[in-house]
Amino acid sequence: MIEIDQVYKAFGAQSVLNGVALRVDAGETVAILGRSGSGKSVLLKCLVGLLRPDRGTIRIDGQEVTALSAAQLDQLRRQIGYVFQNAALYDSMTVEENLAFHLTRHQSMAPDRLRQIIYEKLQTVGVEVALHKYPSELSGGMQKRVGIARALVLDPKIILYDEPTSGLDPITSREIEDLMIELKKRMGVTSLVITHSLQSARRISDRIAVLYQGQIVAFGRFDEIAQSEHPFVQEYLAAVNLEG
Amino acid sequence: MRNWLEQIGQFMLFIGQFFRSLLRRPLDGLETLRQTHEIGSKSLLLVGISGLSIGMVLAMQTSSTLARFGGRGLLPSMIAVAVLREIGPIITALVVSGRVGAGIAAQLGSMRVTEQIDAMEVAALYPFGYLVRTRILACLIALPILTIYADFLALMGGYVIMFFQQNISLKLYFSSAIRFIDLQTVLPAVAKTAIFGFIIGSIATFTGYYTRHGTRGVGQSAMIAVVLSSLFVIVADVLLVKLTLILFG
Ligand SMILES: Nc1ncnc2c1ncn2[C@@H]1O[C@H](COP(=O)(O)OP(=O)(O)OP(=O)(O)O)[C@@H](O)[C@H]1O
Ligand SMILES: [Mg+2]
Repeated sequence: MIEIDQVYKAFGAQSVLNGVALRVDAGETVAILGRSGSGKSVLLKCLVGLLRPDRGTIRIDGQEVTALSAAQLDQLRRQIGYVFQNAALYDSMTVEENLAFHLTRHQSMAPDRLRQIIYEKLQTVGVEVALHKYPSELSGGMQKRVGIARALVLDPKIILYDEPTSGLDPITSREIEDLMIELKKRMGVTSLVITHSLQSARRISDRIAVLYQGQIVAFGRFDEIAQSEHPFVQEYLAAVNLEG
Repeated sequence: MRNWLEQIGQFMLFIGQFFRSLLRRPLDGLETLRQTHEIGSKSLLLVGISGLSIGMVLAMQTSSTLARFGGRGLLPSMIAVAVLREIGPIITALVVSGRVGAGIAAQLGSMRVTEQIDAMEVAALYPFGYLVRTRILACLIALPILTIYADFLALMGGYVIMFFQQNISLKLYFSSAIRFIDLQTVLPAVAKTAIFGFIIGSIATFTGYYTRHGTRGVGQSAMIAVVLSSLFVIVADVLLVKLTLILFG
């Protein structure tokens, strides 16, 4: 479903991705772990064409992302939901308008149906009370959840989550994780999830990839990762163990 | 230097993208109207005060000179020609580029640095059409309307002065004001203001849309938008006046 092969990306003299290779099968959830600043968000942005890799290929659904025309890229993007690390809500629109904008930009919809869909999506992430508020009037965690609801509004086949649960309390985090598991089970959604929490990676994902110095240094099920001999992976696991 | 050339090249592409966007759906007519209304309501007071003041100043400055040559009766038509041809359009454009240009650049700039534009982009929502096209068109529509309003207030300003100096009636003032005014005077001037609107809108959206480097970048974009759009309005004015003179004599 998603095939990343030998992807390189540098900003000026700073090389961020150094030949990343990763595969996500249809219906699978893969979690990406890695230190802050290791290039996780950059990788996700390359997938949807927000950043252009310097080298390498990215295929989604068999289509080479960097080779698509603008119209084809848009076609592909309509099947992808993207949850931004900082929510990226439209600050001059209310929560309702944020979601409505995505729903009605390319198709018209009866107002009743529109309201119903928006309410349902907000309910799944537990922020229906925020319906008429502006993003600046919400807490960080609420913004994050609205960002998730907005990404889900068009029922995407693929969802890319950039730290969907960071900064949320443990109960809300768990609810969001349940939602992600549910989407996978019920809708067969394929997803790539960036997270800092090994716990949550273990719960929600089929496989885990560890990004270190611009490369995937370990990739596999949780127990496979746990047995990895890569020094960074061991250090990471040790740090988690000390914490918990 | 190379950076500047790059910017100019990028701006040209941006303008090309704007013209192509005119045919692309969704057309965002409603949003364009909303933006036009916003530009109008933001500038109405400033443009009005500027127009009125400049009309009064013009009348005060010229009346004594004209009186010396015994041509006081010409004052209304002199004010009318100066205001309609030049002063109304340029004052309006400069006020709008400060008031609206900075606002547009800052707004788009903050949407860029907080990834709101990226969010629209990845959802294939065509942010260029929604954010840029609507604002350029809105400037293009709003400027002629605001200019006509500024023209009217400037003429009224002139009348206020003349009323105190010579106690002439409004009817006499306006009938002598429009004596030398014909469509050839008014139409090119109004067309010119649409071009000013295009200049302000395209520069402000361009600097805003490509903002980088966080909030400092947002402030920078707003500043550059104001400086460049006022500068280009003035330079374009010279060229457009020359062009009108060639075309209409
Ligand atoms: N647009 C950009 N221009 C220049 N450098 C960038 C840009 N985007 C990211 N970088 C750099 O790339 C590196 C990786 O950034 P990225 O945002 O992918 O980190 P991350 O792994 O998502 O970290 P975090 O967990 O803190 O979100 C950073 O060093 C950052 O400075
Ligand atoms: Mg990140």
